Amino acid sequence: MSDKPLILHKISRSFGPVMAIEEISLEVHRHEFIAVVGPSGCGKSTLLNILSGADSPSTGSLAREGDVRMIYQEGGLFPWLTVSENIELGLRQFKDINERSAHLEELLTLIQLKEFARHYPHKLSGGMRQRVELARALAGTVDLLLMDEPFSALDYLSRLRMRQELARVLKERPRTVVFVTHDIEEAVQLADRVVILSERPARIRCELKISLPRPRSLTHPEVVAAVHHIIEEMGLENNSVSN
Amino acid sequence: MTDDKLPWKVRLLPYLVLLCMLAFWELLAIRHIYPESSFPSPLSVAAGFKEEIQSNRLQNDLIASLFRVSIGFTLAVIIGIPIGLVLGLKLNTRTAFMPAINFFRNLSPLAWIPFAILWFGIGDKPAIFLIFLSSIFPIIIGTVAAVANIPAVYFRAANEYGIRGIALLTQVTLPAIMPQIITNLRVTAGLAWLVVVAAEMIAGKDGLGWAISDDRNGLRLDLIVVEMIVIGSIGVVLDRLIMRLTRIPSVRWGYER
Repeated sequence: MSDKPLILHKISRSFGPVMAIEEISLEVHRHEFIAVVGPSGCGKSTLLNILSGADSPSTGSLAREGDVRMIYQEGGLFPWLTVSENIELGLRQFKDINERSAHLEELLTLIQLKEFARHYPHKLSGGMRQRVELARALAGTVDLLLMDEPFSALDYLSRLRMRQELARVLKERPRTVVFVTHDIEEAVQLADRVVILSERPARIRCELKISLPRPRSLTHPEVVAAVHHIIEEMGLENNSVSN
Repeated sequence: MTDDKLPWKVRLLPYLVLLCMLAFWELLAIRHIYPESSFPSPLSVAAGFKEEIQSNRLQNDLIASLFRVSIGFTLAVIIGIPIGLVLGLKLNTRTAFMPAINFFRNLSPLAWIPFAILWFGIGDKPAIFLIFLSSIFPIIIGTVAAVANIPAVYFRAANEYGIRGIALLTQVTLPAIMPQIITNLRVTAGLAWLVVVAAEMIAGKDGLGWAISDDRNGLRLDLIVVEMIVIGSIGVVLDRLIMRLTRIPSVRWGYER
């Protein structure tokens, strides 16, 4: 196992004459949490599709170690399977039934949904469904998690809670994460490194390292300062209004 | 969707409606707008029921019709769903075959009756053939639509979790379309039940449809009403039976959004 499970070298992707992403280079360290922030329609999804292997870059190279697990905004749980059965999909590598059920128990405890093990996803709230999806992705030994705006369909309070939840769960089960979002606060609260993309074609505008330990309060001065910095970088600050 | 949770008073309402219909029928009958021979009263129909059951004719006709529908419909399901799956999953095959399938779907199966008689004679076979024809095209089209509507995210997730080949079919594609398939089967079974009556009227020597045409020749309108009541009731029962499938826990998601 190398120290860098994901290396992008000058990756570009164009669809006909339209350039979606241009010369993106990024080295992701093991168990690093990268948040990718950019204006909507800037090519974040194209980037994720390339990272997951669903799409290939037009030019440039991608080195990826092992499989990936993806967490989707619209929900990728199978509605015809219970919470347990969905999580067990992630445990297919374990052939021994006892071993598998031990892992399942552990994951259900981790996401605090033990009493909902036999429920179907449509009976759960949006936040609970995302926790199940998280458990399914963490099941087994796949290291690389790709998250595509996973909390954007939730209401504001659930979103705040899920950020804490994700930070807590990752502390117990460290993973390498690429987290795509348009929510700047979310990126700053969660990531070791925030990558800010430009408008289409997406290029890396700048990177911001945040070393504050997680969980991070939304109102911590360092978080507020980082949010402010990113908003300025993205040119979203109205110049005529000073704070 | 389930009416188990309704208060008992509300659940009695359908029976009240039926009772009102019966009363209205009796009212029309005693006013003798039409003679008894062309507008049988509830009482004479009740007597007809007794006569039909005692002579065993009703039971035999019912069994004959149910047998034909079961065979024809089951064949259509067994053959139609796999065809629908293939067409739903393969764009080129779908493009090639859909216009032809739509053509046959829009062709009343009753138009085939002369051919059914010439090819299969009189009895079970032509009726089964016609039920099969009336059911298979809606089943194919319903399955194709269901497969085409499966969200792509399920297939992407399946790929990430290593579900491939036959497992992809049985663990992802089929469960994903199951709620729509069940709804489609309800509609199609109703259609098959309509067609069996028509088929037997022309190409039968027993069955409920044949009984109607036989009683027409004998001017026994009271017995025709008996058969109409049985046909309608059996249609309701068939629909209820298929609707029971929607209670399977792994398909509930399709009906509770």
